[in-house]
Amino acid sequence: MWEMNNSTPIYMQIIDRIKLDIISGRYQPGDKLPSVRELASEAAVNPNTMQKALSTLETTELIYTNRTSGRYITEDVCKIQELKNELASQYCNDFIQNVRNIGLDDSSILDILKQHL
Amino acid sequence: MSELLECRDLTKKYGNVLALNNVSFTLERGRIVGLLGPNASGKTTLIKLINGLLTPTSGEVLINGEKPGVKSKLSIAYLPDTTFLSDFMNVKQLINYYGDFYSNFEKEKAYDMLKHLNIAENMKLKAMSKGTKEKVQLILTMSRKADLYCLDEPIGGVDPASRDYILNTILNNYNEEGSILISTHLISDIEQILDEVLLIQYGNLYAHKSVDEIREEHGISVDGYFREVFRC
Repeated sequence: MWEMNNSTPIYMQIIDRIKLDIISGRYQPGDKLPSVRELASEAAVNPNTMQKALSTLETTELIYTNRTSGRYITEDVCKIQELKNELASQYCNDFIQNVRNIGLDDSSILDILKQHL
Repeated sequence: MSELLECRDLTKKYGNVLALNNVSFTLERGRIVGLLGPNASGKTTLIKLINGLLTPTSGEVLINGEKPGVKSKLSIAYLPDTTFLSDFMNVKQLINYYGDFYSNFEKEKAYDMLKHLNIAENMKLKAMSKGTKEKVQLILTMSRKADLYCLDEPIGGVDPASRDYILNTILNNYNEEGSILISTHLISDIEQILDEVLLIQYGNLYAHKSVDEIREEHGISVDGYFREVFRC
C-alpha cells in the first residue's frame, strides 16, 4: 500500500509518486508500466483513480501509450532530467524557506548545509 | 444500456417518521460508492429499498431500468448489516446453499478467499467470532458475479489486517460493468478505494460528489469533510 496524505486528491498523489519513481530510476526510460489493475492493487486504490492518474501523466508526455501493448516510460532522457531539476529546485526552495523561518541568514544556511554534506 | 441504479424522488415513512425524503440520484457502472451519514440518517433504509425489502412510500427505484423484483435479486448481491444465516450451518454448507440459490455464485472464488483468511470449511457459524462471521458473509456476497454489490456496514468487526485484505478483495473482484455501494462509518479505511460518496443526513441527500472533488474543493479528506459537515 502506498502512503497517501489527507489533503490532496489521490490521483495527484499517485502522479507525484510515479514521477518520483521515474526520476529516481526505479522506472528506466522505455520501461513498460504495470497494468492499471496491478498498479491499483499495489497502491490499494480504485482502478478508476489509477486510470485518471495515468491519463493525466500522459498529457505531460512522461509516459505514452502503445495502443496494443500498454503504457511505457518516455525515452526522452532530457524530459526526465528537466523534471528532476524542477523537483530539486522545489525541494531547495522548501528547505531555504524553512531555515529562514527559524531565523537563519544566508551565510549560516550555507555553513549548516556544508556541515551536513 | 440503461443506468445501473436510479432513485427518483424516493421517500419512505415509517408511520410518522420520515426515514428518506425525496432522494434522487443515479449510479453509473464500474464505480465504488460510499454511502455515508450519521446514525439514523437512512442508509439502511435506502439499501433495503434498493433490494426490494421495503416498498417506497413514494418515488421509485430502478435497477437496470426495472423495478426491484426477481431479476434485480439476481443482479444485486446484498450484504445486510446483521447476521442473516442459520448458525447451525458450517462454511461448506453455506457455500453449497449459496450455490443453489444464486446461479452467479462462484464457489472456487469463495474457497480461495476463505483459504487466504484462514477460515476452516467445517467451522460452524455458531462457533465463530463476530469478525469471522462478517468475513464469511462478505465472502459469500463478493463471490457472486453481480452488477451491483450493496454492502451494509461490511467491515465493522474486522481487524485492520484482514480489512486490508478484504478491501483488496473488493478491488480485485468487481468488474467494469458492476458497481459497489458501501455503507460504513470507517471512512478513512475505505476512502482510497472510493470513486464517489453519497452523503445523507436526516433522510435527505446532502451531497453526491467524487472523492477528488471533495479533496480539491475543501483540501481535506472525506473523513475530515464528514466530521466537519456533521459536527455534533
